[in-house]
Amino acid sequence: MAAGVAAWLPFARAAAIGWMPVANCPMPLAPRDQSKRQDELIVLNVSGRRFQTWRTTLDRYPDTLLGSTEKEFFYNEETKEYFFDRDPDAFRSVLNFYRTGKLHYPRYECISAYDEELAFFGIIPEIIGDCCYEEYKDRKRENAERLMDDQEENKDVKLPNMNFRETMWRAFENPHTSTMALVFYYVTGFFIAISVITNVVETVPCGSTPNQKDVPCGERYTVAFFCMDTACVMIFTVEYLMRLFAAPSRYRFMRSVMSIIDVVAILPYYIGLVMTNNEDVSGAFVTLRVFRVFRIFKFSRHSQGLRILGYTLKSCASELGFLLFSLTMAIIIFATVMFYAEKGSSSSKFTSIPASFWYTIVTMTTLGYGDMVPKTIAGKIFGSICSLSGVLVIALPVPVIVSNFSRIYHQNQRADKRRAQKKARLSRIRIAKMGSSNAYLQSKRNGLFNELLYLTGSEGEELHRSKTTSLLESQHHHLLHCLEKTTAHEFVDEQMYEQNCTENPLQSFPSQSPSLSSHEGFTSTCCSRRSHKSIPLPNSSMSTTHTHMHSQGLQELSAIDIQCVEQPCHGTSRSSLNLNPNEKSQLNNRAQQITTAIISLPSPPPLTSDGVGHGPPNPPATISTTVSSNIVKVSAL
Amino acid sequence: MSSRRRRCKRQLIKFTQHIARLISGTLKSDNEDEELESTTERYQPENLEQLQSQTHFSRQELQLLYRGFKNECPSGVVNEDTFKNIYALFFPMGDSAKYAYFLFNAFDKDQNGSLSFEELVCDLSVLLRGTTEEKLNWAFNLYDINKDGHITKEEMFDTLKSIYDLMGKSIHPRLKDEAVRQHVRMFFQKMDINQDGVVTIDEFIDCCQKDENIMQSLKIFDNAV
Repeated sequence: MAAGVAAWLPFARAAAIGWMPVANCPMPLAPRDQSKRQDELIVLNVSGRRFQTWRTTLDRYPDTLLGSTEKEFFYNEETKEYFFDRDPDAFRSVLNFYRTGKLHYPRYECISAYDEELAFFGIIPEIIGDCCYEEYKDRKRENAERLMDDQEENKDVKLPNMNFRETMWRAFENPHTSTMALVFYYVTGFFIAISVITNVVETVPCGSTPNQKDVPCGERYTVAFFCMDTACVMIFTVEYLMRLFAAPSRYRFMRSVMSIIDVVAILPYYIGLVMTNNEDVSGAFVTLRVFRVFRIFKFSRHSQGLRILGYTLKSCASELGFLLFSLTMAIIIFATVMFYAEKGSSSSKFTSIPASFWYTIVTMTTLGYGDMVPKTIAGKIFGSICSLSGVLVIALPVPVIVSNFSRIYHQNQRADKRRAQKKARLSRIRIAKMGSSNAYLQSKRNGLFNELLYLTGSEGEELHRSKTTSLLESQHHHLLHCLEKTTAHEFVDEQMYEQNCTENPLQSFPSQSPSLSSHEGFTSTCCSRRSHKSIPLPNSSMSTTHTHMHSQGLQELSAIDIQCVEQPCHGTSRSSLNLNPNEKSQLNNRAQQITTAIISLPSPPPLTSDGVGHGPPNPPATISTTVSSNIVKVSAL
Repeated sequence: MSSRRRRCKRQLIKFTQHIARLISGTLKSDNEDEELESTTERYQPENLEQLQSQTHFSRQELQLLYRGFKNECPSGVVNEDTFKNIYALFFPMGDSAKYAYFLFNAFDKDQNGSLSFEELVCDLSVLLRGTTEEKLNWAFNLYDINKDGHITKEEMFDTLKSIYDLMGKSIHPRLKDEAVRQHVRMFFQKMDINQDGVVTIDEFIDCCQKDENIMQSLKIFDNAV
């Protein structure tokens, strides 16, 4: 119901008295207004800016947030107002909607921010008034196109499990993804060029022998040209068959424009091979050779500009159709007029109306060859009108086509630019994200010891913990921890996971340094900076760079801990601790990046003295089990 | 015949004007500006105390009513189109144009084509807080389209048809013209005491006061504000 209805309802109900005398049966009872309260002012505090309005104003739209009881959730008892932590500028439009019944879209507002505000307050955007609706829709479409462009680039991403066919298709569609594809791309481009040049040169007269007139090259060097043609067609055929094989949907591929062009380009050759040297059909055979020129369209796979042009023409199809139609009409009219005007004059070239078509077209497009000229006065008058109107008719649809082309071209430019910016942007975002996940892993190790220390009643460490992580963060980390326990899997550092699962584990990881430096901000472990430099070092140097305690047991512990962490990846059980020393040292290497927190905290001894009584020289397996069992106990609290 | 000739002459004049404009190159918008007259009227109601004395509403109620009214019609008056649009909102499934027209005429006492706030509020106070005789008077005024003091069968048919039109097409059982006529006949049977084919105000009020149903239903909107 619109605002108007609410205000006019009393009038409408009163006017219903007029139905009473004509009604033949008793009326139903009217609903009672239970809460007969006076209209009161409501204060809406939006991020500090106070808006006031009548309660009935808000009640006009009961299916929105402000009009329903949903706003009670935002009621602040102390200040007796409704507090919303939203943008006050956008709220203006929302409140005006309640007041006037019309929703306006302010031009300075970002479209997605506005959409979010509307969604928050439960208002559907379709109510936007006519004055602003077009602008809103335009901006929304622009935004959607932009987002769509972003999504399209994801198809460049290589999926981990692509079979041969999918890889091939990806190589065909995006040549810059692999070297082979690039080579293939250039080779086919080269052969298309060769083929087109051959077709052209074939007809050039080259070198006349003394006793014959000029012969085109094609007839002179028949064998050479035939070989070249064969080679090109071979390449094209192979390419087409490979594309056909790799296409995810063969039927759709065969229907696409590019494949039709491919087929048309190579078919004449095969037809020529098959056909006999018959007199009747050789005429048709010559015609078929014309189709060879279609090979030039194969270039559109290689050239983006050609594709844009083709797309523009397709999208302007209606304007082109209009142009054609109006031209045809004008041609027929003027041709008829010219024919009858010139009928009288002798030796007139305007022998029939179709013959005058040629004159009309040449004149309207302002070509003016001059092979047909009107001689009578009437003919000249009508001829001049014809040329003037020709200019107009052709000039009208052209700007539409041009503006379409310009829009599509700029869109393409924008897409390219965005692609370049996107890479940089994504890497920066990834760094920030890894920072937070590393913070979790780090505080997990902090937390390991903190929980155990809690058991032993050491309060100094609790203070330390609260200094380094806020309550929110520690609750979040606790939640993640619970998740780990539920699923019996653990979080690992993302890069560690990738490297473990896909590549040679012994590589050094210089790329991890940015992640470390970024999570310096989260925790103030003093080792982080040091370990940043010590990444590819073996076991022994670790002990020299860290000034904190690093007993062998500690190192083993850290190794073990990481061992547990990497379990989901390796798919090994705890018994992998019985690895040969090589792998252990590998693990230690990798351990360097994320063991900083462990090393910074003092004393693993409390761990072992806790209740199990095992010292460091105990087999690592036991320690790990005690560690984990302790953890289980603590979190069960 | 002469009107046709006049129309021809008018169109010829317009055509020559058009050709003249074409030759001289004037654009259409150049000479249409002076034709625009500002048609906005502004109307202020009488003050609150006077309205309070004229109607049965309390001060707060008048305030509430005026605020809603002014929000919808900032210029202070309602014209027929607005009225029609409002009723179209209330009865979206049917055609409310005719009924809105009758209502508008019933409200518009001085027949000047627009309703001011006073007219609306006075009528409203009658309808919601007045005596039954006043209400029946108002209803009679509604049915009497040409305000001559009699309700004829045609007037009643028009009014009833407009009320039925409010329902729209999707009703059960399907509406037939015959049903409306039947209703008119029933009404006249009841109201037209002296069987002279028209219903006068006294006949109307008398009959209605005798009918329990009607008396009861006149009271149901009493707490509408």
